[in-house]
Amino acid sequence: MPQNLTLNVNGQAHRISVDDPKMPLLYALRDDLGLGNPRFGCGLGQCGACTVHVDGQAIRSCTIPVSLVANREITTLSGLGTAEKPHPLQTAWIAEQVNQCGYCINGWIMTGAELLARNPHPAEQEVRDALSGLICRCGTHNAAVKAVLRASKA
Amino acid sequence: MRERDLNQLDRRSFLTAAGAFVVALATPTEWAEAAQFDSAAAAGVRPDRLSSYISIDRGGTVTAYYGKIDGGQGLETSVAQLVAEEIDVPWDRVRVVMSDTAQCVNMGGSTAGNGLRQGGIILRQTAAEARRLLIGLASEKLGVPASELTVTDGVVHFVSDPSKRVSYGELIGARPLDAPVEYHGEAQRLTVKVRAPLKKPEEFRVIGKPYPRRDLPGKVFGTLQQVTDVKLPNMAHARMIRPPVAGAVPLTVDQKSISDIPGTQVVWIRDFLAVVAEKEWNAVKAAQRLKVTWSESHPGFPGHEKLFDHIRNAPVVARSSDSNVRAAGASQERNEGDIEEAFRRAAFVLEGEYEYPTMSHASMGPACAVADVRDDGATVYTSTQKPFDCQLGIAELLEFPPEKVRAIWMFGTGGYARDAQGDATADAALLSKHLKRPVRVQYMRFESLAWDPKGTASVSRNRAGFDAQGKVIAYENITKSFSMEDCNTRERHPQDTLAGMALGHPLNWRAAFGTPGNNYQFDNAHWGWELIAPLMDRSSPLRTTHLRDPFGPPLMFGSEAFVDEMAVHAKSDPIEFRLKYISEPRDRELLAAAAKQYGWDSRPSPTTAQPGTVATGRGFAYRTLGGTLIALIAEVRVNRDSGVVEIPRIVVAHDCGLIVNSETIRHVIDRQIIWQTSRTMIEELRFDDKMVQSVDWLSYPVVMMPGVPRSVEIVTIDRPDQPASGAAEMACGPLPAAISNAVFDATGVRLRRIPFTPERVRAALARGPEQAVKASL
Repeated sequence: MPQNLTLNVNGQAHRISVDDPKMPLLYALRDDLGLGNPRFGCGLGQCGACTVHVDGQAIRSCTIPVSLVANREITTLSGLGTAEKPHPLQTAWIAEQVNQCGYCINGWIMTGAELLARNPHPAEQEVRDALSGLICRCGTHNAAVKAVLRASKA
Repeated sequence: MRERDLNQLDRRSFLTAAGAFVVALATPTEWAEAAQFDSAAAAGVRPDRLSSYISIDRGGTVTAYYGKIDGGQGLETSVAQLVAEEIDVPWDRVRVVMSDTAQCVNMGGSTAGNGLRQGGIILRQTAAEARRLLIGLASEKLGVPASELTVTDGVVHFVSDPSKRVSYGELIGARPLDAPVEYHGEAQRLTVKVRAPLKKPEEFRVIGKPYPRRDLPGKVFGTLQQVTDVKLPNMAHARMIRPPVAGAVPLTVDQKSISDIPGTQVVWIRDFLAVVAEKEWNAVKAAQRLKVTWSESHPGFPGHEKLFDHIRNAPVVARSSDSNVRAAGASQERNEGDIEEAFRRAAFVLEGEYEYPTMSHASMGPACAVADVRDDGATVYTSTQKPFDCQLGIAELLEFPPEKVRAIWMFGTGGYARDAQGDATADAALLSKHLKRPVRVQYMRFESLAWDPKGTASVSRNRAGFDAQGKVIAYENITKSFSMEDCNTRERHPQDTLAGMALGHPLNWRAAFGTPGNNYQFDNAHWGWELIAPLMDRSSPLRTTHLRDPFGPPLMFGSEAFVDEMAVHAKSDPIEFRLKYISEPRDRELLAAAAKQYGWDSRPSPTTAQPGTVATGRGFAYRTLGGTLIALIAEVRVNRDSGVVEIPRIVVAHDCGLIVNSETIRHVIDRQIIWQTSRTMIEELRFDDKMVQSVDWLSYPVVMMPGVPRSVEIVTIDRPDQPASGAAEMACGPLPAAISNAVFDATGVRLRRIPFTPERVRAALARGPEQAVKASL
């Protein structure tokens, strides 16, 4: 039986109809809302490529059921900041020229932004610890740490 | 690829519509040539036309058509620099179109880090030629000899009086700039010859500067449209169904098992099996739930633990010395003097073996592609590294002439070299043809790891003969392995993809391997290889192909670790030992640069005994590839109790000739070191007799934050008078040996099998130092 839900994404309310309330949020964002930026990496919550904020907390959208996040505040990478109004971490990310392929980027920036929100001036080891559950296959790890530290000093 | 590119009129239509308008050229002869060639413009993008490489619009914007791709290393940015430099427009007025087969000349896609060495140089040359022709036009218009004119920011003006000027846009007007171009070869062997000289290093304004990556803002703000994000009207989502045992084929399919999932459908063609749904999640669910009975299959794989015994014992089916291998240009064998005679008179013979395991590309995202197959042609959106070969393979699969298939390359799901992107593209094309609607396929995580084509496992056999004075008089390096091409590195035919093999095509095997790159000069030497048969004759999850730097880590681990053993035998410092056998000045300068940056003090390995749990050591390795030279020093801290090897510091000295972008090159090298750290310390594909067991990031672990080297110091040697020889993968090669050599330096124990997991390190330490030196007869 299809079920109607409201998803609040990047400040906009979207009414969607889902036929499976256990569908992971990622598919609602990509397929129903047409938001390409959270990416499918593993579907197992192991890599982080699908990370979004739910009420400010970094969550892996490939495993959380869409029905659990109805009416909560969801922010994706494209909602975190824009070229015109960038989040400080996005500015730092470009300054450090972090990425190669960039497919993992949601996990790193959204997790880094969550860290900065609760700890605006982290020590390097705190940054490394916060980013330790993420995968990047191009090897941007150290560059990502530099970007978070740069943003924390901005 | 931005959205507007997908919608724009293709250039063939543009050229046809432009009719016979061709700008007047610098000399009457060229004018005649151009007129003659123009009648053929309707034939589309051709390698003999300037407009196929460089075009300028009336607003003065330059477009460069790059028949290669950017795996994420900033080529779009660097190519724009090369073109902006030679044609003399600001960097941000150069647009780069990458590998759309309807818009670009085939430059062979991406291969061997040659994005600048081959494709970049073609665009640099044709940009210079365009500038020369435009100055010729301006000379006519302004009535002065070309020699009195120069260009600043797309405006041609008198050298003596910049106010007498005419812009590129004014010169061109509504007509496309075009001229014949002499070319030779095709694809990755394409070269062009133009009359315009290239700028000299002292004239560079753009080359060498740290322009920021163009693709990064779109990635950072989540606005870049990648292949995963293509959405076409009426597009269906598909997931492939793979057998639980390698070689099994579907016997029965229970469509009712997914009947409760809305909008789903099964597509079953011979052994090709997929589910399709209107919504992506429903395709995922249907793939998980579909009930299939499979045929019995007994692939009899050796398993990853016994793989090296299998490689040692299996009969050799091809060698680097075979005449047909040499004729096919796939040998790379090197011979000096007479090694057997030299080994017979050696005072000592040293031997050493090294093992490199099977690896998955393990790309960040599973492969993805979208296909739109119509009755009269097809368009595929793909992130394969070789879009022009993909175009041919898809055309053959769909039974279309090649010109009816357009392959549009887009940034994809990560991955370097021949991963599963071409397989996914063929799957999507076959499904779209069958369903008569656009289809998007993305693999699942288990498919990306278990079903991508693999990097080869190998055993490296080395021996060296020394005379009584300790001089190396004989040397041999043989890598025994699977071919690097169980599965072709290009998806040029259906049999080069899983879809094609599911339709009955056999594995497209070819004998191909390589030898380590270096400039050692031993009086008597043999560098070669031996291949064994593939583990299955089709659709194998263990089929081999090129994995990033295919001639690097698997070959260099053995050769450069063994050179370290040779230095130990000679009681010599490992860098000084190498320098005894290297005379090339560039190589010598490189080794010295690495040593200086590290603060290397001359002494043999191992270092003096270190009491306590943690031992520190340093290791060196070096390699050459395609004109690029890398010297690498790794520092390690070995915990003797836990077996954990930390890598606090890496020093890389890097000489790739001309440096086009002084920042992107450092990033590319830095990221490669972490990539190869993963492949040295952690990665190994696990499989049993039936199937690959590495199916997720727990069963195929990769490096995460705690395991990365904290400090990567990079020394770049810029040689602006030399060609840009490439930096995309070359730094990977020496890392495994450098780390192994560092562990030996710290502990006196040699690690001979990748990866250097804590269990392996503990076991090696428990065995203690080996007696590798044996007296000759």
